[in-house]
Amino acid sequence: MSDTEIANPPATPETTGTTPVTARRSTAARVAPLIGWAVLLLVLFLTPVYVPGEWLSVLCWIMAGGVAAMGLTMLIGQAGQFSLGQAFFLLLGGVTYTVLAADGDAEYIGFGLPPLVALIGTIIISGLAGAAFAPISGRLRGIYLGVASLSLVFLGYYLSHELPMLAGSASSGRYAPTFSVPGFDFGETNPQLLLLNVPMGAAERQFWLFAGLTVIAYLVGQGAMKGRVGRGWRAVRDNEAVATVMGVSVPGEKAKAFAISSAYGGLAGVMVVWWYSGLMKPDEAVELGTYSTYTTIALLAMCVIGGLGSLGGAIAGSALVFGLPLALPLLTGSNQTVDASGTAFTPIVITNLVFGILIVLIVLFEPRGLAGLGTRLRNLIRR
Amino acid sequence: MTTFVQVLINGLGVGAVFGLLALGFVIIFKATEVVNFAHGSLALFGGYLAYQVKDSIGWFGAVIVGVLSAAILALAIERLLISRAKHASHDSLAIMTIGIDTIILADVVRRLGTAAAPFLGDPYDTKSVSLGSLTVSRTYLVALATALVLFTLFFIAFRKTSWGLQMRAQSENKEAAALMGIRSSRVTASAWVVGGLLAGIAVFFLATNDIGGGSGLLSAHTVAFAAFPAAIIGGLTSTEGSVIGGLIVGLTSALGAQYVNYEFGVVAVYLVMLVVLVVRPSGLFGRVDQVRV
Repeated sequence: MSDTEIANPPATPETTGTTPVTARRSTAARVAPLIGWAVLLLVLFLTPVYVPGEWLSVLCWIMAGGVAAMGLTMLIGQAGQFSLGQAFFLLLGGVTYTVLAADGDAEYIGFGLPPLVALIGTIIISGLAGAAFAPISGRLRGIYLGVASLSLVFLGYYLSHELPMLAGSASSGRYAPTFSVPGFDFGETNPQLLLLNVPMGAAERQFWLFAGLTVIAYLVGQGAMKGRVGRGWRAVRDNEAVATVMGVSVPGEKAKAFAISSAYGGLAGVMVVWWYSGLMKPDEAVELGTYSTYTTIALLAMCVIGGLGSLGGAIAGSALVFGLPLALPLLTGSNQTVDASGTAFTPIVITNLVFGILIVLIVLFEPRGLAGLGTRLRNLIRR
Repeated sequence: MTTFVQVLINGLGVGAVFGLLALGFVIIFKATEVVNFAHGSLALFGGYLAYQVKDSIGWFGAVIVGVLSAAILALAIERLLISRAKHASHDSLAIMTIGIDTIILADVVRRLGTAAAPFLGDPYDTKSVSLGSLTVSRTYLVALATALVLFTLFFIAFRKTSWGLQMRAQSENKEAAALMGIRSSRVTASAWVVGGLLAGIAVFFLATNDIGGGSGLLSAHTVAFAAFPAAIIGGLTSTEGSVIGGLIVGLTSALGAQYVNYEFGVVAVYLVMLVVLVVRPSGLFGRVDQVRV
């Protein structure tokens, strides 16, 4: 270590007087992102007018997966904590929202809170649950942490079966109310709403809701990553010992990363329940279903394909992993998902093969994933 | 009391199979520092090929085909993919094995389709044997005996042969081992082959009514999942630990399934693992990583 110190003498501060350290960005560079966001919001606002309902449903499913993957990609890519437990937080979010928002009766426990309160409560409770994993996550590293977090998925599966008064039974499930704020209901066409002479039904309203939540989740994540929180995470990711020396609390940053990631997972869990028109139903098997080990691996695949640590990449990954199985039948125009012989290339088989192959190719050739490819393309054009 | 002894024997039998999987997993990890999430797929691939040829060449021939094909697949993954990605970190390589696992699982399950569930334990599956007042299924006894022989062979090879010496040297210090004339690529390739062989043998016990359940080979991949907690409980760097971890997992799941319910047996394995990890973050016998600052 001493050799390198001699080679690099401590740099003398060049700042004299009141000259700012960072160069001020030009007006164009500051305005351009704002215009970009304005255009994006307008496009999102008008999408339900031009896109048919079944495609809106695909887009909503992609956004639900995207929000879960955004949380996971921050945890893995920014804070360096390998987690295979994100599907558990989807389940936790879905169950918590259902319990808070649905009315209780003899069979089920429910508090009948307004959906907005239930949504916020769900996000907070999911975040706290992630922080409660801290005694384990703070002590473990790498693969040990990955398999330890995987145990959450098994635990969630078991508990959801043991507690049907909370999660609903695995055969029929239970219902939670769709989202509504006073004066506007996102689930039903009440009040009637026309936009450019197109009636805005349940699918269209759900798209607005999901797009709004996804944009908020993206902005919050971006803010966390750019600021002090993100710097703390990256310090822990790059070297825990150095981070400690720099005054970063390693267990604290890990707990924070898990809390935020699981809050995203909880929000995505609520979106999943909404997407199923309010149906909360535990899986019938631990390896296949909405909250299964398969989903946990699919969410990890989204992050890897998108590029670990990139929020936009997470959504791109979700478009592939969650979007492809739903989009393929729409594209080919066939409802035939199960072939009689059973050995056909169903959309889900094609998707699994595609994302498996993509993961292998990405690790071999482009470790930064789709986000890295995007940066490369942009550099090519600029040159 | 007889039930308890019976459950113990069943648990040890299942645990021996998990031990086979976990031992291969740990050997691969020691040699390459890659966590092989595709380990269940190695077993599934071997089992699938064995099932395809079983009717034409008989059960013993199928065992040879299955075990060799799992080993060849492991060798191919190591030579063609893992060793090519030299710049990638160990965690990225672990993620790559998840991709490989997804590909093999998706395609084998597609090929098996909706036809009748395939089983591979012909000579011993669902045949019970009486030991005094005990009635034990033959699968567990054969699994236990096979695993004991294989563990003994492995540990003799690991301790006494030059191959074992090279393996241990490389896992101790890769650079120093290379400077002493040990060919790193040969050691890692042989580790993957051994891992594949053990997984290929394990699948002949997983794809049975007794251990895998009614869907046979289709559930082999899911059941093999429990090899990960087995390896973690024992400590990823300890070969002896993986065997003990496998037995702990087998006993835990058998006792949990017997005295609570089947689902609890599955989740109890993970609860035991969490408890072990809270007390010893590197597993029971794992090497504790020390960071030099």
